[in-house]
Amino acid sequence: MASAASSPVVQMTGIRKEFPGVKALDGVDLRLFAGEVHALMGENGAGKSTLIKVLTGVYTIDGGEIRLGGEPVLFSSPLQAQQAGVSTVYQEVNLCTNLSVAENIFIGREPRRMGAINWREMRRRAREALERVDLHIDVSQPLSSYSIAIQQMVAIARAVDISAQVLILDEPTSSLDQGEVQQLFRVMRQLKAEGLAIVFVSHFLEQIYEITDRMTVLRNGQLVGEWMTSELPQVELVSKMIGRDLATLEALEGENKRTLTALENATPVIQAKGVGRKGSVEPFDLSVYPGEVVGLAGLLGSGRTEVARLMFGADRADSGDFLVDGKPTHLRTPRAATSQGIAFTSENRRTEGLVGELTVRENIILALQAARGWTRPISRKRQDELVDEYIKALDIRPANPEQQVRNLSGGNQQKVLLARWLITRPKLLILDEPTRGIDVGAKAQIQKLVVSLSEEGMSVLFISAELEEVLRLSHKVEVLRDRRIIAELANDEGMTVEKIVETIAGDSREEVRA
Amino acid sequence: MSTAVLDKRPTGLPRVSQRYFPVLATLLLLVLMYLFGTFQYEGFASGQGVANLFIDNSYLIVVAVGMTFVILTGGIDLSVGAVVGLSTMVASTLLEDRGWSALLVIPVVLLIGCTLGGLMGAVIHYYEIQPFIVTLAGMFLARGLCYVISTDSQSITDGLYSDIALKTIPLGGGVVITYSVIVALAAVLVAYMVLHYTRLGRNVYAMGGSKQSAMLMGLPVARTTIAVYTISGFCAALGGILFSFYALSGSPNTAIGLELDAIAAVVIGGTLLIGGSGFVLGSVIGVLVLGLIQTIITFANLESYFTRITIGLLLFAFILLQRLVFARRSPGS
Repeated sequence: MASAASSPVVQMTGIRKEFPGVKALDGVDLRLFAGEVHALMGENGAGKSTLIKVLTGVYTIDGGEIRLGGEPVLFSSPLQAQQAGVSTVYQEVNLCTNLSVAENIFIGREPRRMGAINWREMRRRAREALERVDLHIDVSQPLSSYSIAIQQMVAIARAVDISAQVLILDEPTSSLDQGEVQQLFRVMRQLKAEGLAIVFVSHFLEQIYEITDRMTVLRNGQLVGEWMTSELPQVELVSKMIGRDLATLEALEGENKRTLTALENATPVIQAKGVGRKGSVEPFDLSVYPGEVVGLAGLLGSGRTEVARLMFGADRADSGDFLVDGKPTHLRTPRAATSQGIAFTSENRRTEGLVGELTVRENIILALQAARGWTRPISRKRQDELVDEYIKALDIRPANPEQQVRNLSGGNQQKVLLARWLITRPKLLILDEPTRGIDVGAKAQIQKLVVSLSEEGMSVLFISAELEEVLRLSHKVEVLRDRRIIAELANDEGMTVEKIVETIAGDSREEVRA
Repeated sequence: MSTAVLDKRPTGLPRVSQRYFPVLATLLLLVLMYLFGTFQYEGFASGQGVANLFIDNSYLIVVAVGMTFVILTGGIDLSVGAVVGLSTMVASTLLEDRGWSALLVIPVVLLIGCTLGGLMGAVIHYYEIQPFIVTLAGMFLARGLCYVISTDSQSITDGLYSDIALKTIPLGGGVVITYSVIVALAAVLVAYMVLHYTRLGRNVYAMGGSKQSAMLMGLPVARTTIAVYTISGFCAALGGILFSFYALSGSPNTAIGLELDAIAAVVIGGTLLIGGSGFVLGSVIGVLVLGLIQTIITFANLESYFTRITIGLLLFAFILLQRLVFARRSPGS
């Protein structure tokens, strides 16, 4: 292990990078040492991705200096950075899935004999490269036939094989399961022992503390500081990342138990009776009362999103009936659902929600304008008022209504999407994974928002893979397994995450009602 | 947490049947069509009949080869028909009106094709404009230039040129082919080698798979884009020369709509329109299928518009087939 006294492989000092209207990086330093795993920490929009893209030559800097092995360097393309030994594995694996595994490792530098690509040699060397990451697969198969976890390993093998000195892993674990994460960590430890400097970006704090040696914290494009991981307790790290004490987070902790009383007499906002769809979800009953937060819990693929889509009319139910405010209603299309006061934010906010090319203002106004119909445009003045109000209320950053949405970070995009629906004052808000892939601060804000909305009387159907979150916010939890709602659990005194897990796993001792 | 975690076998069909499935389907279709013709019509099956299939379609084979490169990157080239037309016009004018030697005319024509293609490629890459629009503009430009040269057709009487055009090579058994066939087959062979044994070729496939990834992997995206349109322009010009051999004339109305035949041949030959998957040999088979449809319709004494209808139906069927094959494959990613 390199000591702090030895000189860093990469030394970035005073890095500045501006985009029109945004100071993405403002005087950021980063030191990477050989044989160390370095965590780059910060909320969404803090500048982590920009810093990585600067280091890998995707962006050029507006100020500051990058030294690699003591020499000043200036990368103007990913290729240059790669040739200098800086390789990156991005969150969404950037390989060509139509090509074979071997080609993905060697494309651009295929071994050749007499000018022609030597396929046999390429396959042999690909197997060798994969051995370094402990992977034994058929390298002549197209990459698309393997799982994301394997594709990621292939990307790492490629990066390492380009004789990397610096390996950057940008959110590599976000789509891996527990076993795959451990496999990745084993490989990371091995590469670290071989003397690589590794940058690791992740939202999972436990993983940060498990694998990294040192960390740099960014906030709003500025450097907060550099610490040895072992010397910075998790609580302090979080407060450094969000730049304020943990009051917001702790305020929520207190409200762990949220049982609504006196609901039995009320009319449900929406009631599904035997609603189902072949090949999607088996028929289920579900009632949501005014001001109630209903959590949907279950594994990935258990039918959580499918339930949400049926409730919103995005998929058409082929059995059962809906009652809205006690009256039978057809919810055949999202348009019908919207007119009944139902709003839905999709888990794929980029593809199924926001229009990246439009501004924050235009995105927020979209649903309200659609509900009013195009013959009754909302005046620009009214738009500005509404949008300003929600930018403030949800703390959307940068607070510039004319910013293109695609330039916002994930958490802020999610807030824009929420604002769009909140502005229509829905009766029922369906949130599908609203906090996935966003940082602690924004997550706490969104959770707080859900609580206050329900206190104001709005009903919420809340879907999340994080059971703690579901439990913290929901009055009752619907548990799904294999595309069926298998249990409805009231969030009373005795309810714990463990009990939900047991129910999902199906080995609960007590009989659950189906 | 053993190594076994990641040692999952790939799911789905084995690679061979999956990647080659569309091409094999086209090949099967070609064989079935040929057998149908053989049993249905007297005199259909003959060595010269097969040779004629190649002779009549040599220019289309060459144009389809260039188109394959472009489509493999996920692009499209609508200018090829017009470039074929322009090439016949340039060739006939330089040969007949200016009295240039054929040995000089041919390189000039090829150079014009490369230049047009290269320019379109550069515009597509550097100005980030859709290939559809850029090559549509290129099509109008090239077709317009045809009429600038002349509004009338011009027959070619140049000695050397008509010698090359008319000379036949006996293959034995009374079967003959023309030099055009040899040129076309050479183009196919070279294209195959380039696509499968050079970095340029693999970059073409990588770009078709994901342009974003190709860029982040440090591949020369700009160079590759310009290269494929240059290749397509070259092939169109070469196709034009072969066409002028075939017709021994240059006409401003030559090869109108040929780009669509080329695209149809490439798609029927199993290349995915979104890029990244396909084979140049498939495109050749695609051209032969189109040619065979024509032949069968002639033998059946049907009106020639039935050719277009049949091609349309086939194209539709093959795009559906691709949807099915690749829809099954995609859930992995």
